[in-house]
Amino acid sequence: MGMRNLGAAVHRIEDDRLIRGKGKYVDDIKIAGTLSAAFLRSSEAHARIKSIDLAAARAIPGVVAVYALDDLGPKASQRMVQAYPNPAIKIDVTPYPLAKDEVCYVGEPIAVVIAENRYLAEDGVQAIGLELESLACVIDARDALKPGAPPVQTAFSSNLAATLNWKFGDIDQAFTDADHIFEQEYFQHRGGPHFMECRGILAQPDVAGGRLTIWSSTQSPFLVRRYLAAYLEREESSIRVLAPDVGGGFGPKAVHYAEELVIAMVAEKLDRPVKWIEDRRENFVSTNQQRDQWWQVQVACRSNGHILGIRAQCIHDNGAYVPYGVLLPNTSIVPFPGPYAIGAVDIEFHSALTNAVPTTPIRGAGRPNATFVIERTVDTIARELGLDRAEVRRLNFVRKDQFPYETGAKLPSGVSVQYDSGDYHRTLEMALEASKKESFEQRRQAAAQVGKWRGLGIASYNEDSGLPPYEGATVKILPSGRVVVEVGSCAQGQGLETIVAQIAADYFGVQTHEILVRTGDTDLPALALSTVGSRVAATVGPSVHLAAQAVREKALKLAARDFEASESDLEIADGRIAIKGVPGKTVGLGDLSRRLIANVNLPVPVGFSPGLEATAYHTTTRPVYANGSNVCEVEVDIDTGEVELLDYWVAHDCGTIINPRLVDGQIIGGVVHGIGNALFEHMRYDRATGQPLCNNLGEYLLPLATEMPQIHVQHMESPSPVNPLGIKGAGEGGTIPGIACIISAIEDALRPLGVKINEYPLSPERLLELIDEKRQRKVS
Amino acid sequence: MSELHAVGMTINGQSYRADIEARMTLADFVRHVCGLTGTHVGCEHGVCGACTLIADGRATRSCTMYAVQAHGSVLTTVEGLAQPDGTLHPVQQAFTDFNGLQCGFCTSGMQMTIAAYLEENPSPTEREIRELISGNICRCTGYQGIVRAALDAAQKLRESR
Amino acid sequence: MKPAAFKYHRPARLTDALDMLASLPDAKLLAGGQSLGPMLNFRYLMPENLIDLNHVTELQGLSWLADDALRIGAMTRQFQLEKDEGLFTRIPIFREALRWVGHYATRNRGTIGGSLSHLDPAAELPGICALLDAELRVQSAGGRRTISIHDWTVGFMQPNIGEDELLTDIVVRPWTQPHGFSFVEMSRRHGDFAIAGVACLLAVDVQSQIEKVAVSVIGISNGATRLHQAEKALVGAVCTDDVIQAASEEIAQLEAPADAHHSGEFRKRTAKTLFCRAMQQAYQDAINRRSVQ
Repeated sequence: MGMRNLGAAVHRIEDDRLIRGKGKYVDDIKIAGTLSAAFLRSSEAHARIKSIDLAAARAIPGVVAVYALDDLGPKASQRMVQAYPNPAIKIDVTPYPLAKDEVCYVGEPIAVVIAENRYLAEDGVQAIGLELESLACVIDARDALKPGAPPVQTAFSSNLAATLNWKFGDIDQAFTDADHIFEQEYFQHRGGPHFMECRGILAQPDVAGGRLTIWSSTQSPFLVRRYLAAYLEREESSIRVLAPDVGGGFGPKAVHYAEELVIAMVAEKLDRPVKWIEDRRENFVSTNQQRDQWWQVQVACRSNGHILGIRAQCIHDNGAYVPYGVLLPNTSIVPFPGPYAIGAVDIEFHSALTNAVPTTPIRGAGRPNATFVIERTVDTIARELGLDRAEVRRLNFVRKDQFPYETGAKLPSGVSVQYDSGDYHRTLEMALEASKKESFEQRRQAAAQVGKWRGLGIASYNEDSGLPPYEGATVKILPSGRVVVEVGSCAQGQGLETIVAQIAADYFGVQTHEILVRTGDTDLPALALSTVGSRVAATVGPSVHLAAQAVREKALKLAARDFEASESDLEIADGRIAIKGVPGKTVGLGDLSRRLIANVNLPVPVGFSPGLEATAYHTTTRPVYANGSNVCEVEVDIDTGEVELLDYWVAHDCGTIINPRLVDGQIIGGVVHGIGNALFEHMRYDRATGQPLCNNLGEYLLPLATEMPQIHVQHMESPSPVNPLGIKGAGEGGTIPGIACIISAIEDALRPLGVKINEYPLSPERLLELIDEKRQRKVS
Repeated sequence: MSELHAVGMTINGQSYRADIEARMTLADFVRHVCGLTGTHVGCEHGVCGACTLIADGRATRSCTMYAVQAHGSVLTTVEGLAQPDGTLHPVQQAFTDFNGLQCGFCTSGMQMTIAAYLEENPSPTEREIRELISGNICRCTGYQGIVRAALDAAQKLRESR
Repeated sequence: MKPAAFKYHRPARLTDALDMLASLPDAKLLAGGQSLGPMLNFRYLMPENLIDLNHVTELQGLSWLADDALRIGAMTRQFQLEKDEGLFTRIPIFREALRWVGHYATRNRGTIGGSLSHLDPAAELPGICALLDAELRVQSAGGRRTISIHDWTVGFMQPNIGEDELLTDIVVRPWTQPHGFSFVEMSRRHGDFAIAGVACLLAVDVQSQIEKVAVSVIGISNGATRLHQAEKALVGAVCTDDVIQAASEEIAQLEAPADAHHSGEFRKRTAKTLFCRAMQQAYQDAINRRSVQ
C-alpha cells in the first residue's frame, strides 16, 4: 500500500465552500424563530452591584425577556465548574453565570436581554438601570501581591491565585560550580487572540423535546458539553454540541464561558432558539487574554558558555477569575529547559488575581514566554562572555545521540519529561544557512553607510505538542462505496478535514477529495477532548490510521474469503479490491459494506461483525516534541524608533508531515503572531481606574500585510516514536520563538550602543527611550 | 418601533426588496435579510475589512454603510464571484492554489477587495498588493499566501485578456 | 455593536439638505460614513436624525475655474481625488498624501468634506488644504460664507461651522511656478492614524536658494498647522542640514497633547525628524524639476 496522499500538498477540502462564501459559521446558521441576545456588562473594574432595574428594558417592544442572575432560577445559584482542578490553586474562584453582587472586571456580564433581533437587544441593554458602587481595583499583578493590596474579589483577602514550582536537578550545586552568574529582568506581554470571527453560540431546544442542541464557535465541543451537563445537572447525552465552521480560535475559544451557559439556560426557559454573537467591542472585554508577566532570572554558567542551571521567579497576571485552572501558568514553566541539556532548573511562579479579563492560553500559551526567557538568557551569556550566539546554542543543545532525552523533570501527571526525537543542531544550521549569516556583517556595514542599523536575531525552541491522552476517530465505508471519516475534534482553520482525509485515503486507494469528513460534533461516535496545544494532528492522525487500518483489514479479509485467495495477494485501488495480476476479479468496498450490513433475514457473513466501520483511539501518556530555529534580519531607524522587518527564516521539525502546504501556513501564520506580540500588540489598562485603553482594532494593533517580512520556511522530519505515524504538532511553532527572535535582532542592531532589550511589545516610542538612555540624550 | 423604509437593490444579478429600519447595516441586510452569509462581520467599525463587498463598482465596507443608503444600488458579494456554472473566479482559484486561506473568515472580504482592485490595476507589484490588503486583517495566514494568490490571479487575468 | 435608532433622510438637492439641517432637531450629516458609521455603531453618537448627503450631486466632483483655481465638491470621494489625472498633473501632492489616507475601501466612500468636517488632528487632507491656503465654502439655509483653512480649526476636532451649516466646496490654487513636493508620514502600520506627518511644497531659484516654501504638519496640536516661522526663515536660504534643523525648532513650540497611546513629546520629536526628511526630499525634488525646465 503506497502512501500517495499522506505527505502531499493537496488542496484543502475546506477551501471550496469557504472561497465561495458558503461556509457556515455560527451566525450563518438560520433557524426560524431565533431570538438574539445582548449582554449588559460592567463598566467598572471593581464594584458592588447596588441595584439593577430591568423594567424599562422589558417594556421595549420586541424585547422578549431580560434576566439578571436571580431571574435565571435556582440552577444558576452556583459558580461555574472549574475546568482544570489542581491542588496548586489557592483561590479557586470561577464566575457565576451572571454577576451576583460584585463585578470584578470591566466587561463582566451582569444581565442579558433577549429580543427579536440584536438591534433591539442592544436597545434593551441601554435601557437597564444599573447602580454600581465603586470598589478599589488593582491592575498590576505585582501590586496585587503587595501587602495591603486591595482585594480583587472581596470574598478573598489575598490576591494570590496560585503558586507553582518547577524544579529539577541540584540548583544550588549549579550555582556553586558556576564561573559566572548573570541576572536579568524581563517584562512580557501577550495581548488578545483577536480571531476574526468573534465568539458566538446558538442554542436550540429540540422540537421533539428533551435535548438541547448547541452550535458554538468553540475549540472544545466535548468539554462544553461536559461542563454544561455538570452545571445544569443533566445527562451529557441530552446535550449535543457542534462546532460549525469556526473563524479562528487560538486558545480562548477552548474555554467554556458564562455566555455559553446563560444562552443554554435561556433557550430552555423560553423554549426557543437563542443566539448570541459577540461583537468586537465585547471581545476586548470578555474573551480571555494573556497579559503581563514579570520575570527575574538568574543563570549559572561556565566561562565557555555551558549553562549549569537557571533560577527564575515570575509574577503573572491571572485576571479576575480562575476558570481554566493553572494551565496557562504551567505552560510558562514546564517548557524549561527548552531544547538545551541544562542540569538544574528552579522556577517559582506566582499567579495573581487582577481586576481585568481572565487570562487563559493564547497561541503557544506560556511557551513563548518561557522561550523568551530561555533565549534571552542564552543571548545574555553570549553577550556578556563575548561568545557567538549560535555557538552558545550549539554547545548547550540536547544532542542528536541523546534522544530520547530525559530532562530530569516530572510532569504534573507524574510522567517524566522525555524529548522523543529531533536534531536541534541541524535545524539551527538550516536556519542560519538560509539566512546567509556568514555574509551578514557585510550587509550590516552596507546599511550603516546609509544610516541604518541592521541586526540579526536567532531563537531556538522545542515544543511539547500532541498532548495526551487521545482524540478518537471513526472510519466507515458506506454501501455506496464512499469512505467516511468522523472525528469529534474540530478545527478553526488548521485543515483538519483535509489531513484526516489524507491519512485515510491511502488505505482505500482513493483521493483525498473523495472522502466525506465530519468533525466537531458530540453526537459522533468517537470521543474527543479539545483542539489546543497543537495536539490534534498527533492524536487524531494516529487514531484515523488505526481505524482505517482496521476497516481495510476487515474488507481484505472478507474479499480474500470470497476470492479464495490470501490477503497478501490482494490490493486496493480506486475503492476496489482486486487480486494482484488477475484483472477482472474485483469487488467494490461498497459491495462489501452492503454485505456486512445485510438485511432482515439476510445473514451477515459468518465470522464477521456487522458493518464496515471502526472507531479507534491512539492513546498516549506523553507529548511529542517539535522543534526549530528562527533567524531574522531587521533594520532599526534610531531617529524614529521604527523597526523594519527585512527577512525571516524558519527551520522547523514537526515530525512526519501530513500536508506541507498546511504546515507552512501554520508556521507563517504563527510567526506573524510572534511579530504581533513583539512589536504591536499591547492590551493596556489604565492602572488607576482599571479601564481598558484598547477598545477597538484601531487602538489594538494587529499585524498587517504591509509590515510583514518574507517568511522562508524549511522543514526537516524527525518522526516521533510515540505515535505510529510519527506526527508532531505544527500550530504554534512559528509563535513560540518568534518574539525572542525579533527582540534578539533589534538588540543586535543596537549592539554598538549597548542597548539591552528585556521586554516586549516594543513600540517606537519605547525603543527611542531605550536608545536615549544609552545615548544620554534629552528628548527635545 | 422606528419607521421602516422600503429598500430594493440588485445583488449578484438578483433583486432583493424588504422593509427595514434605517439603522440596519448593509452587512446585516445582505446576511440576514437576503440570506447571503458569505459576507462576514468582524468588527463593525470599518477596520478589519471582513465585510467588504462591491457596491456600485467600488469595494465597500458594508458595516459602515446602512442598507437604506444602498437602495437602488448594484452589489456583488462573494457568492457572485464565481460563474453561474460554478467556475471559480481567478482570485478564488488562486486562493486555494496558494494557501491563501485557513479559517476562511477574512477570505470573502479579501477576495472582493483584490478582485475589485485588479479591475483597475491589472499589473500590481507585491508592494501594491500589500498596501491594498493592509485594509483587511487576517489572523491565520500571515498574509504571504494571500499575496501570492493575488499576484497569481493578476497574472492569470492578464493572460486571459 | 448596532446603532441606536435614527430617522433617515435622503435629500436629492442641496437646498433640501440645508432646510433639513435647519429644521430637524439633533441632526447629523452623513458623508462617506467611514468615521461616522463606527461612531454610530459604537453608540458614541445617537442622533435623532441622519441626513444622507450621498445623493446630493451638486456637492460632487472637481472643476477647474476660470482663474485656474480648482473647486472640489465636499462630497468628492477620496478615490476620485486620487485618480484624477488633472489634479495629479497640477497638484501631485494630493495623490501622494492620499496613499496614506485610510485604506482602499475606505477611500471609495470617504470624502474630502467629511475629512475636513471630522477634523481628526492626524488627518492628511486638512494638512494638504493648509499647505495650499484652501478656501472652504459653507452654506446654510440662511446664506453662505467662505472661510480660510487657516481659520477652520477652532478646537480639538472642532471646525468653524455652525449647526445648520454644511461644507459645500473647497477651493485650492495650484502653484504656478515649477516646484518640488514631499509628503512624509509616520504611523505604526500602513493606513493607521499618523503619529505625525509633514507636507511640503518648495520652489528654488537658479542658485538653488529657496524661492517659495510651504510646510504643514499633522498629528500634533489640533492638526494641520502651517509652520509660518520656519517658512519665513527658509526663504532665500540654501537648504543645508543646519538650516533645516534650525527651521524645525518651530515644532518644539507647538502643543502636543498626549493620548492613551503616544506622548506629546514623542509626536513632536517624530514631527521634527519627519520635517527634516520632508524638507530634504522637497528641496531635491525642486532642484530636479528646475533642471528639467
